Amino acid sequence: MTVFEKPKSLTDAPLHYCPGCTHGIIHRLVAQAIDTLGIEGKTIGVAPVGCAVMAYDYFACDMVEAAHGRAPAVATGIKRALPENIVFTYQGDGDLASIGMAETVHAATRNENITVIFVNNAIYGMTGGQMAPTSLPGQVTQTSPYGRDVATVGYPIRVSEMLAALDAPAYIQRVAVNNVKHVKEAEKAILKAFRNQVEGRGFSLIEVISSCPTNWGMTPEAALRWVEEKMIPYYPLGVYKDQTEEGTR
Amino acid sequence: MAEKVLMKGNEAIAEAAIRAGCRHYFGYPITPQTEVAAYMAKRMPKIGGVFLQAESEISAINMVYGVAGTGKRVMTSSSSPGISLKQEGISYIAGADLPALIVNVQRGGPGLGGIQPSQSDYFQATKGGGHGDYHLIVLAPASVQEMADMTVRAFDLADTYRMPVMLLADGTMGQMMEPVILPEAVEPRTEEKSWTVTGTEGKRPHHIINSLYLKPEILEKTNIERFERYRTVEEREPLVETYMMEDAEYCVVAFGIAARVSKNAVKAARDMGIKVGLIRPITLWPFPKAALSAAAEHVRAFLSVELSMGQMIEDVELAIRCRRPVSLCSRTGGMIPTPEEVLTAIRNMTGGDKA
Repeated sequence: MTVFEKPKSLTDAPLHYCPGCTHGIIHRLVAQAIDTLGIEGKTIGVAPVGCAVMAYDYFACDMVEAAHGRAPAVATGIKRALPENIVFTYQGDGDLASIGMAETVHAATRNENITVIFVNNAIYGMTGGQMAPTSLPGQVTQTSPYGRDVATVGYPIRVSEMLAALDAPAYIQRVAVNNVKHVKEAEKAILKAFRNQVEGRGFSLIEVISSCPTNWGMTPEAALRWVEEKMIPYYPLGVYKDQTEEGTR
Repeated sequence: MAEKVLMKGNEAIAEAAIRAGCRHYFGYPITPQTEVAAYMAKRMPKIGGVFLQAESEISAINMVYGVAGTGKRVMTSSSSPGISLKQEGISYIAGADLPALIVNVQRGGPGLGGIQPSQSDYFQATKGGGHGDYHLIVLAPASVQEMADMTVRAFDLADTYRMPVMLLADGTMGQMMEPVILPEAVEPRTEEKSWTVTGTEGKRPHHIINSLYLKPEILEKTNIERFERYRTVEEREPLVETYMMEDAEYCVVAFGIAARVSKNAVKAARDMGIKVGLIRPITLWPFPKAALSAAAEHVRAFLSVELSMGQMIEDVELAIRCRRPVSLCSRTGGMIPTPEEVLTAIRNMTGGDKA
């Protein structure tokens, strides 16, 4: 009897992510959702620029690599051309909340029927640990070596809260993957975000609070603690908008 | 029986695109090309097509990138400052070997420039425009009829060579009205291609639309292969119109609206007994080097007439390997040379008052 196996929607390519990085967990949750809904054959994923740039090698569905921040625009094009297909983007915080903020907000306000997986680890990982739009006040990074000074560089952006202020988007939820309980919640949220699209509900974004032990300069275990103690208090978990039937009931 | 209708250049582009089977248009308002978007906004919803006003030119071109990956005909249009914003996306489209049509109805620059006609995006259009090793096929219409015809041709070339094609018009071409015979309408093509992302249906390995190659030897190989395709384009696709070149001793080179003004000047010069002709590049990339090089065999001098500070003139000099003198007659910033100004330049080229 099989007790555990790789989702069909993941390829056999070995992941390049650092030890302790939670991208692997999030990839698995996305692939599981695609498997559960039986939509692998009609799903098209859009990869970002950032640590997940090579997600196109890891997801077994058709994939498109977008320019930095442009994934929601690229996904809009694909979805408008192929409305019967399922289109998702997988983006980091620099990609989605800095350079791609316009694309994000406008895809949300059009209630574009796509699924956005937003991995927030409060840092630019791929380029070696620079300050992100979601880096916490006081957080030390390569480009905020004395800690993020909110007086000069401003405050982190709470993307889920901000998008929830729009009238249009169908579903916005923030989850984390730092412990088993949170992973189970994230699993459900991501599945819902894909199911929303299958049901034609519109724009669903799941913000996943993630860790970056390498660029935070922590052990994987300490990084998961930092998520619990520092990030989640600043980025409270929960459903921020639900205009699906369940939400409006 | 094809009927002649009176149309604005911008509208002719839009209608021709629809007739060429394009059902996806993404744009952002900018003068002097807004009629393309307005036309698409009206027509697309009636024929099951997509018109979407994007939040920026950057988003519009990335929506184009998304559709292009599905293999469907797709286009965007803009004017100079907006085309600058699209350059990132155009580079990605070229890097991922995708077909798409980009229309630039040029206005004066640099910066916000002005809203009057210009040809000062010649360098940007023909030398790449965005980052990296790539080319666009660049078509330069000189009439409303050509706006329509070249739109169709652009889609065909884009599909044939899997590369982005730019229709490089200008504000005059976009705004003026002329009689035009519209191309025959074809239904959007639906045949499966070997590279598109349409969902695997569980029947094939996944397709990836991508321009990232972290191994330099692979990226080099990819670029070299792309340039082999470009070489084919350079061999097969250069297009020119020649006018009174058979016995010409002097040659005017001009494209688009500048060529129309120049034609009048050439006629006037011929009336004065000056043996001058006109070569009008219709493809700006590939540049019709062979036609110019052949002309250099029998003409004494060339005159490049442009709506810029002189950009195409460099390609003229290269094409003839500087074997003959090349002078410039140009207005810029939204100004258009008069036939009289061009005639004066022709007379100067011939060494003064020959007639």
